[in-house]
Amino acid sequence: MSRPASSLYEPHRRIRVLAGPVFGAACFLATLTGVVVLSVLLGSIIATVLHRPGVHPWYDVASNTRDLYEFLKALVTRVRSRDPALAGFRIGIVGSLWLLVLVAVFAIPVGIGAAVFLEEYAPPGRLRRVIQTNIANLAGVPSIVYGILGLALFVRAFGLNRLALGPTLWAGGLTLGLLILPVIVIATQEALRTVPSSLRQAALALGATHWQVIRDHVLPVALPGILTGTILGLSRAIGETAPLLMVGAAGSILRLPRGPGDRYTALPVEIYNYAKEPSAEFSTIAAGGILILVVLLLSMNAVAIFIRNRYSRSVRG
Amino acid sequence: MSLPEIPVVSASSKVPAPSGVPAPSPAPAPVPPEAGPVLAAYHLSVWYGTSLALKDVTIEIPRNQITALIGPSGCGKSTLLRCFNRMNDLIPGARTEGVILCDGKEITSPDTDPVALRRRIGMVFQKPNPFPKSIHENVAWGARINGYRGNMDDLVERSLRRAALWDEVKDKLHRSGMDLSGGQQQRLCIARTLAVEPEVILMDEPCSALDPISTARVEDLMDDLKSEYTIVIVTHNMQQARRVSDMTACLMLDEDSRDKNRIGVIAEFSSTDLLFTNPKDPRTEAYITGRIG
Repeated sequence: MSRPASSLYEPHRRIRVLAGPVFGAACFLATLTGVVVLSVLLGSIIATVLHRPGVHPWYDVASNTRDLYEFLKALVTRVRSRDPALAGFRIGIVGSLWLLVLVAVFAIPVGIGAAVFLEEYAPPGRLRRVIQTNIANLAGVPSIVYGILGLALFVRAFGLNRLALGPTLWAGGLTLGLLILPVIVIATQEALRTVPSSLRQAALALGATHWQVIRDHVLPVALPGILTGTILGLSRAIGETAPLLMVGAAGSILRLPRGPGDRYTALPVEIYNYAKEPSAEFSTIAAGGILILVVLLLSMNAVAIFIRNRYSRSVRG
Repeated sequence: MSLPEIPVVSASSKVPAPSGVPAPSPAPAPVPPEAGPVLAAYHLSVWYGTSLALKDVTIEIPRNQITALIGPSGCGKSTLLRCFNRMNDLIPGARTEGVILCDGKEITSPDTDPVALRRRIGMVFQKPNPFPKSIHENVAWGARINGYRGNMDDLVERSLRRAALWDEVKDKLHRSGMDLSGGQQQRLCIARTLAVEPEVILMDEPCSALDPISTARVEDLMDDLKSEYTIVIVTHNMQQARRVSDMTACLMLDEDSRDKNRIGVIAEFSSTDLLFTNPKDPRTEAYITGRIG
């Protein structure tokens, strides 16, 4: 009755051998989609910037690069103007850097603190699960909602005029801080979870207190992950426009903010305002602003990668 | 707390007599006042959640000797070991019943500070787990967080010498402990434990991740250390138990619980020589002769 076992197999060898390269090619196409879209976007922005009368042909890379550099340098030093020849982003860049500092001062300690509490101290149970789920949900809330929240909470303080911050850098920084708080909390929690339990046990077995273990072992090992997540969160804050429009980053501010209590505008808001103008010259300026923003974001991410590599190396020895 | 009853497991000739009854010793050495068992568990049961892991264990660990815990997988050897420094507290849902004494003081009571206890009862783990810090810092950290006020460099050197590692690492104390070989890492972990001057060292299969040469070095080291420390070692390796230990406890799965829960009990506890040459319990005999395990 029993057939030889080998006749029960149908190897489909050709299909199996083909499946691998086909799957690999599909994945390669998926990767390519992202790369191509990004290159086209960046390329079209650069082309817009360079498309001014009397410029060099496209293949003259050296002159074009110099041109691009001169143009961006001019944009960085000039302030908002009705005249395209005099318009720039200086006020917005300074405003964005102010926001960056305020967001970092607020969101980093609060976010890391919340994550350490949730991972290390909070007793497991329903309450912790509810909080955890809500933080994950908050990370997905549209940024305009944070703008509305910031408007009600910080700018107007629910009508309590003495507490209201008005459309100041404080209000903008706190709003963006709230916006990226879930990102920092989640990234920090992930980083804390990667700390091996053998490390904690080793430290506890020497008679260390929970706090000593967190301070000397858990946080240092988790630091690269925490920093990476934090800087990615900060770069998200830098690129946000919608919530800043809600909390009053005005378009036409012509002087630098004198402090965090001052009115301000931010780089993405200025880009938005220039892009709204009908004339083509302003489109060029908006494209230049986008390039400045991209350079800012890329350098922040580069810092994140640098820090991560440096610390991972020192941890592994 | 109910007073511990007289231990049911017979102690062998190698165990120092319980305090109060002076041992008839031919040696003129004075018996220290704390000559009784340094660690003792009486009628100890451990639950993880609702499942019983260790049932009614009574054992007295003699001072300055090496006590081995052997037995098949899942019989609660590590659970018993981790009760002695209350590392089981860290596992959610773990619960103990019964009495554990360290130098006659109950350690399972809420008054006992596990942090202080763990300095006195050090632990070496199965997988070498040095801190991702320099060799010097690996040894110094435990002492520093425990408020050590002496000369740290001396302490580091002393501890590394005591763990037979000094000559191999003295020129690279600033290098990461992770750069060492597995056997060196395990000796670094022992040095780290010694640096906080414990009375007891618990070793949870300390050689199972090591090659035979490193294992031999760690075993030599254990023999060295027992003049100053009491060592309890969990091992899967019966030859190792036989080589290094003075006393051996053989743990077994409870007969009644073979089907579902794995409940560990002590089948036999006696001197290592006696246990391996003339086991009293048929289960011990079956285990050490390799018929079960």
